[in-house]
Amino acid sequence: MRVPILKQGDYLIASIQSALTDADLVQLRDDLAEMAGRYRARGIIIDVTALDVMDSFAVRTLRAITHILRMRGARTVIVGIQPEVAFAMVQLGLTLGDTMTALDLEEGLALLNRRREPR
Amino acid sequence: MKIKGPTVLVSNESTSALLTELVAHLRQNRTQLREEWARRITESQLLTAMTKEEIFAEATSVYDNYVAVLETGAVEALQAYARDLSERIIPRGVETHEVVGIVLLLRDVLARSLFKKYQSDFALLNRVLDAYEPAANRIANTVAVGFVQERERIIRQQQEAIRELSTPVLQVRERLLILPIIGVIDPQRARQVTEQLLRGIRSNRAKVVVIDITGVPAVDATVANHLVQTVDASRLMGATVIVTGLSAEIAQTLVTIGVDLSKMKTIGDLQGGIEEAERLLGYKVILEATETQGAAKPPTTV
Repeated sequence: MRVPILKQGDYLIASIQSALTDADLVQLRDDLAEMAGRYRARGIIIDVTALDVMDSFAVRTLRAITHILRMRGARTVIVGIQPEVAFAMVQLGLTLGDTMTALDLEEGLALLNRRREPR
Repeated sequence: MKIKGPTVLVSNESTSALLTELVAHLRQNRTQLREEWARRITESQLLTAMTKEEIFAEATSVYDNYVAVLETGAVEALQAYARDLSERIIPRGVETHEVVGIVLLLRDVLARSLFKKYQSDFALLNRVLDAYEPAANRIANTVAVGFVQERERIIRQQQEAIRELSTPVLQVRERLLILPIIGVIDPQRARQVTEQLLRGIRSNRAKVVVIDITGVPAVDATVANHLVQTVDASRLMGATVIVTGLSAEIAQTLVTIGVDLSKMKTIGDLQGGIEEAERLLGYKVILEATETQGAAKPPTTV
């Protein structure tokens, strides 16, 4: 299933609705990389609330998306990681590196807004 | 080999006849044998937690139970008695080796008296011992197992109690949680702590968490790594973790075993941790101006 990406002001919001295949993730990566440039987005939020499993490919792809979008001039925030998922990730040694994370969509938006203020 | 009850041990009549004779002998010499046994217990410095009178009283009921089991071959009553006895003496600090020790002493005392009685007839003595030994061993076994089971039951009960009180996750300000950890952390508890914290972060919408480990006596590599994992997992949920109360010893241990705490925010004590957390959340604590001099009011959070 293709992940819907919504434009909200300077931000893009990718809201994952169901479990994703590896192909879906790659699609999401390509879509975001392309749209970030087209809409001149300053921030991207990826909502993973619906995911109850996060495998190494998913984590690696999310990390890659963050890096790609940074080069395209946008900050990425991953929001809505569930407690069980978070615990499983650290136990498996899957980390998101320096990717920003927030509790939910609202927090993610607040985080991006705060980041912009000093500029 | 499973030891069967004396009544079904050997189908021949002579064994049960011998046991009957044996029991009669033990009943007859009850006073003397019981005293001999109590004396041996004191001599061996067993049951030091109990007074002489108590030992004698217990010795009497154990002796009677013992003889009753030899007679009937039914251990249920003895099992119940052993459980009851254990319940009474475990809180007084009686050790497993003492309980096993006294039962074995009784076995020896009784065996000695049998030697004395049947010394003239070696063949008969042999048969008497054939009847006596399995039953006596079974009794020793029953008492020891009963004691250990009681002990394990108590340990399980206490573990349960500790687990229930162990991990409060407390909200002290809007979006600020504290998690005081007290006592030794084992892997099971560590897991429980993390799970509760992560659930607490979601339900309280926490942004900052202060984990205070002042009450943790020692930290090893496992626990340290678990702390790191907890911090990482909390960060994945968008919360910042501040660890406070790392003692000098623990700090040294962590450096020595080479745990990477660079990703972790650490502050000396709980007070400092909460102050830093308030700063991160944008709270500002100011001391309210005193109306009358000298009567300072406690600081108020604005």
